[in-house]
Amino acid sequence: MTRKQRRLTIIGAAGVVLAIAAGLVLYAFNDTIVFFKTPTDLAEQPVAPGTRLRLGGLVKEGSVARDGGTHVAFVITDTEHDTPVTYDGILPDLFREGQGVVAEGAVGADGVFTADTVLAKHDETYMPREVADALKEKGVWQGEEKATQ
Amino acid sequence: MFAELGHFSLILALVISLALATLPHVGARRGDARLMALAPAAAWVAFALIGLAFACLVASYLRSDFSVANVYENSHSAKPLIYKITGTWGNHEGSMLLWVLILTLFGALVSIFGANLPATLRANVLAVQGWVGTAFFLFILITSNPFTRLNPAPIEGQDLNPILQDIGLAVHPPLLYLGYVGFSVCFSFAVAALIDGRIDAAWARWVRPWTLAAWLFLTGGIAMGSYWAYYELGWGGFWFWDPVENASFMPWLAGTALLHSAIVMEKRAALKIWTLLLAILTFSLSLLGTFLVRSGVLTSVHAFATDPGRGIFILCILVFFIGGSLALFAFRASRLTAGGLFHPVSREGALVLNNLFLTTATATVFVGTLYPLMVEAVGGDKISVGEPFFNLTFGPLMIPLLCMVPFGPLLAWKRGDIIAVSQRLMAAFGGALAVVLVVYLFKDGASVLAALGCGLAAWLILGALTDLWLKSGFGNLPPSQALRRLVGLPKSMFGTAAAHLGLGLTLLGIVGTISFQQERIVEIKPGETVEIAGYTLLFEGLRPFKGPNFDEEQGTFRIRSSGGSEIGSVVSAKRFYPARRMPTTEAGIRTMGFSQLYVSLGDQTETGGIVARIWWKPLVTLIWLGGLVMMAGGAISLFDRRLRVGAPARRKSALRPQSDPAS
Repeated sequence: MTRKQRRLTIIGAAGVVLAIAAGLVLYAFNDTIVFFKTPTDLAEQPVAPGTRLRLGGLVKEGSVARDGGTHVAFVITDTEHDTPVTYDGILPDLFREGQGVVAEGAVGADGVFTADTVLAKHDETYMPREVADALKEKGVWQGEEKATQ
Repeated sequence: MFAELGHFSLILALVISLALATLPHVGARRGDARLMALAPAAAWVAFALIGLAFACLVASYLRSDFSVANVYENSHSAKPLIYKITGTWGNHEGSMLLWVLILTLFGALVSIFGANLPATLRANVLAVQGWVGTAFFLFILITSNPFTRLNPAPIEGQDLNPILQDIGLAVHPPLLYLGYVGFSVCFSFAVAALIDGRIDAAWARWVRPWTLAAWLFLTGGIAMGSYWAYYELGWGGFWFWDPVENASFMPWLAGTALLHSAIVMEKRAALKIWTLLLAILTFSLSLLGTFLVRSGVLTSVHAFATDPGRGIFILCILVFFIGGSLALFAFRASRLTAGGLFHPVSREGALVLNNLFLTTATATVFVGTLYPLMVEAVGGDKISVGEPFFNLTFGPLMIPLLCMVPFGPLLAWKRGDIIAVSQRLMAAFGGALAVVLVVYLFKDGASVLAALGCGLAAWLILGALTDLWLKSGFGNLPPSQALRRLVGLPKSMFGTAAAHLGLGLTLLGIVGTISFQQERIVEIKPGETVEIAGYTLLFEGLRPFKGPNFDEEQGTFRIRSSGGSEIGSVVSAKRFYPARRMPTTEAGIRTMGFSQLYVSLGDQTETGGIVARIWWKPLVTLIWLGGLVMMAGGAISLFDRRLRVGAPARRKSALRPQSDPAS
């Protein structure tokens, strides 16, 4: 096998693997990307029920209701619009009324958002970044700007 | 006093580093032995100075000197001693100081172990290390000085983030940095070779041990970080495809590729240019990881825009080193001569395929990690790329690679016989097939995919054992003789087998956990029981407990097996740290064999119960034990006589290609 043939073989194999990888990436981008929305986004442009998305905002004061078991219902608000959320499981340690959260899941036909993951901030100075940005746009941001370490 | 001393020695280190970055280059160019001899001395002095600066910061933490801003923000007088020490690198400034401490440590090590490198190569390598050092010393002094004083000094500190007050996170950053920064040596060797315009098999022999060492620490760092996230966050997950995790995973993938291509270069003098490029790319990915984690860009693209100092500075370092080294590569690479020929079906061919798949997989992780940042930076939607993306892209690329692993070490150099190798692997293949059938038929709820996953893991494990079995001649030779040959095999062969075996174990752990884990979320009151995976857990109630700087409510669960016999208990807790007013969840974990029972507590309910999330995680510990076995493989290879740093130059016999017992 000459040098040239070897080079062609390697380039050919690399081309095939790269093409497959590129195909997979494009396919996955179509299918698996989750968009971030605020309650206002949902109110203005409703999404098809069942679409996975990340919903961010503040947990509305007085909205957290437990059924005595593991189910929790609460409302995520960006002060303009509200979205009701249900969740089954353990809420993060720093989940509190009036604080920023991101819930991942899907909106049902009844307009209730069923979350399978709820993320709260990691510590007292960190808020989920999408929430902080979205709230700043709305002008209701109150947290201090010490987000980075 | 300590803070000023540390600050001063940091500045001195910068000056020394500037000298190290320039004078040896001049010496190498002019052939001035005295200027070149400056390099090892300067590397040592830089290490000593940074060591002193680091010790000063640790001392400030030990004395709880809250007049130092860094100590005030990240420590508390009531914090346990061990976390006062480890808290030194539990924050941005301290961790950057640890980064440069390890960088200078590697410089000092190169000057010890590189005593018999060609003088110009050593001078150039150390000078390039000097460049990296200069850039990061400047970064620390200008944007992230850990020695800034506060006036007036506060009385009490703000304490370290409680989730970082853990032994796992004390060990994780040093290990990770030993890996990250260790690749800087490979980078410096590559750039030095490009400056010299000369590269040969001996170069690969010098670089390989450094790659191996960096890789083995990075493996440990990633495994440690994964285990920490698993038990400390209380979510029961071991890998989240989080950008911070990906930042350390990309250099690992590229480093693994480098490890394999360096073998081809050393043994067969082929793939020289590619190996150089990989060495540059691996460290570039380490720098990228540093940028992603340290610039704040992940917290928010906007946080980056509002506090641009640090981010822009690291971005400049990134552009300078990656751009500079790639430009040098473009100018000089054509001067390097191509190496030995080989047939596509050969050990070289297998290693090329390995590199192809690993670098492509690195690229998919790269795209998935940076795409959301790019979309957001150009003002588009906020999106998140998570596990489903990586399962669809990274997963399919790994499967063919893992299927090929057992073939590689058995193929001969130059021209291999795939049919003969397949025949030798028949037993391993049969074993893997048996595993698939047994799992599919006898394990309740096993999907085809889960069974195939277990089979693939068995294929890797059995393949690695077959390799050792064949190379020591079991089956052909009398057992006693074969045993003697097994003991006498080169250590690098054991290293290869152990690393591949560890990979199989990790895969088995991942498949076992993902496919067969069970989860229960219950509201439970004292005296009630919950059943999972044949175990019965009796909740005994909550009991308060007071720690040194936290209060907690401990929930105890008594575990009974399906036979009814009691096999101990597991304690899970909700902790509260008053200094930061922050609650954390301390998961209760009980290890049984390789599997674990994992209990995490939620909120108390009005009816007097508590929400508990309980997992049965079969084979989960294999994920990290596999990592330890991979590290052991790296360590064994490191002690191979032929690989010992610098040794080959003295041992003429080692330069002869060794005969391969399997071929």
